[in-house]
Amino acid sequence: MMHTCIYLDNNATTQPDPEVVVTMLPYLTDLYGNPSSMHTFGGQVGKAIQEARESVATLLGAEPTEIIFTSCGTEGNNTAIRAALAAQPERNHIITTQVEHPCVLNVCKQLEKQGYKVTYLSVNHQGQLDLMELEASLTGNTALVSTMYANNETGTIFPIENIGALAKSYGATFHVDAVQAVGKIPFSLKGSTIDLLTLSGHKLHAPKGVGSLYVKKGFRFRPFLLGGHQERGRRAGTENVASIVGLGKAAEIELQEMTKAIQREAKMRDRLEKTLLATIADCEVNGDVKNRLPNTTNIGFKYVEGEAILLSLDKYGICASSGSACTSGSLEPSHILQAMGLPYTILHGSIRFSLSRYTTEREIDKVLEVMPGIIQRLRDLSPFNSEDVTWLQTVNSNQPSVNSKQLPVTSE
Amino acid sequence: MWDYTEKVLELFHNPKNQGLIEKTLENDSVAVVFGEVGSIACGDALRLHLKIQIAQDSILDARFQTFGCTSAIASSSALTELIKGLTLDEALKVTNQDIAEYLGGLPEAKMHCSVMGQEALEAAIYKYRGIPLDSHEDDEGALICSCYGISNSRIRRIIIENELTTTEQVTNYVKAGGGCGSCLVNIDDILASVLTEKEKNIEVVTEIAHQKDTTKPLTNLQKITLIQQVLEQEIRPFLMADGGDVELYDVNGDQVLVSLKGACDSCSSRNATLKGAIETRLRAKVSPYLIVEAV
Repeated sequence: MMHTCIYLDNNATTQPDPEVVVTMLPYLTDLYGNPSSMHTFGGQVGKAIQEARESVATLLGAEPTEIIFTSCGTEGNNTAIRAALAAQPERNHIITTQVEHPCVLNVCKQLEKQGYKVTYLSVNHQGQLDLMELEASLTGNTALVSTMYANNETGTIFPIENIGALAKSYGATFHVDAVQAVGKIPFSLKGSTIDLLTLSGHKLHAPKGVGSLYVKKGFRFRPFLLGGHQERGRRAGTENVASIVGLGKAAEIELQEMTKAIQREAKMRDRLEKTLLATIADCEVNGDVKNRLPNTTNIGFKYVEGEAILLSLDKYGICASSGSACTSGSLEPSHILQAMGLPYTILHGSIRFSLSRYTTEREIDKVLEVMPGIIQRLRDLSPFNSEDVTWLQTVNSNQPSVNSKQLPVTSE
Repeated sequence: MWDYTEKVLELFHNPKNQGLIEKTLENDSVAVVFGEVGSIACGDALRLHLKIQIAQDSILDARFQTFGCTSAIASSSALTELIKGLTLDEALKVTNQDIAEYLGGLPEAKMHCSVMGQEALEAAIYKYRGIPLDSHEDDEGALICSCYGISNSRIRRIIIENELTTTEQVTNYVKAGGGCGSCLVNIDDILASVLTEKEKNIEVVTEIAHQKDTTKPLTNLQKITLIQQVLEQEIRPFLMADGGDVELYDVNGDQVLVSLKGACDSCSSRNATLKGAIETRLRAKVSPYLIVEAV
């Protein structure tokens, strides 16, 4: 497969595995039957979906009957939250975190308007949760604890089983948004405290438009989409067959490749990170480096602005992303980095590189070759430097303050 | 990805006039001054350096230092290209739209970058002329957007200058409302009031224009009414935004006598205001033969 760019934005989306695409094609051409049909022609398609379900279940260490296919991570998260509330209608308290994806945060905001009480747990400078805060927030009225497995921007991994154990001790449902984690680290949901878990196909080299929701056997699940009996009545709608088959194939490949990929990506990521820190002054890593996805690094380059860095990288065909205000689509920097309480010098100059199994050492070399020059050029343009940061922090006394308002959220 | 013009990208990758201007002590025919806007918290900041030929009151050289995104850097560079060689009075007439036009346009959400350029220019020139910027800028009191520190007068001014009609545009141009969003309702009110004023103004102008068509020269009374309207609707809001004001004193044939008040009276760009803003506007709207003088 031809690479036209150096793609280091794999937490945004990934390149579909060529083998995945090949597996999908017959279901877009000859094998167009409806899996719900009684005839053999449709039935063989139903069988392919079943195989895909088994592959996804194997990747998660779960049972095939625990897997529901969805259209995306957003659908999975919306469904999971509603299902958890429907399972215990007498409870009206939700606990989530300040650093969730908007498809969790915005659902929670909506639920607040409908009368639910929502606790948004804070994170520390490393983006890590405080289990004491969680414990103090839990009550017998808590219907749901919903946290991400790993953070999209920093890669920080939450202590999932500790969170789950606390949630269980109060009888709350535990939902995990694992969109950034599945395919990047091993899973074994058998015996886990997780009741509901969301994944998205396009983050693990499957196509966009397909995802899965894991529902623990025995969980009182209420469907979100009502209609036909597809997915055993738990998610109505004719199946997106080709993409489901693609997701199954992607899961199968992940299972074979993961151990090797984790080592490779972590090694390249560490080299990228260490060398950047060594060759460029005034920069630091954002996130919990001890508990982190192997493919992600998020670095704050002080005194320069993230969008300007991205556009400079773009000139060399390098794709990355930033949490700066100018890239968020709003005027505010990333809600995640803000929740971590990082200074504005870091917030606006943060760059995320996220690797995949397709990343090569030569690509890392190229980034290492151009980054120091890019940062130097922008710093030469900037009125700020390490000795002179006092000026512009005093010019505008009305700085946006993190705590005084609701944070807008950036999406992935 | 933002949709930037070739010109924006060119000035981002190869900016002109970056850096600062060193003060040269031995030469007392030139002055070096800089103006600053923005902050690291806001995500963009510009320090504009001017070298001013004192005798000619003109800009010999302009350089910039910018912390910000692609369009902030390109806007700063464009500004320096636009103002080099201009007299300070001419430079004060440069608007954020001039900067955006020079760049072949900016994405709407990035218009605040061009506004930042215009404000830094103003800051530098006021600093040189010894006009305190603080009282000048936000003396209208009411702070509307507390996240970004944007006052009522500044929002009004940007609405009028850029003919904005939605709160979204206001956010794009001056960031107001882009933080917590709690002031969006207030911005809506300001938009509505500016729009009402404008409509009222158009009505009067068209009404009198109609009369002009049929009855040839304006009667003195019509002329005075029209001048009053233009001053009221189109000129005073600007001056007031800058801490100044104007009052019609008398009309003597084609001679319009006004008295400048507040900051305008002591402002060194007094003449520019008189001739540039007031006279040009009155000539366009009332009669091309008008001469404006201060009393």
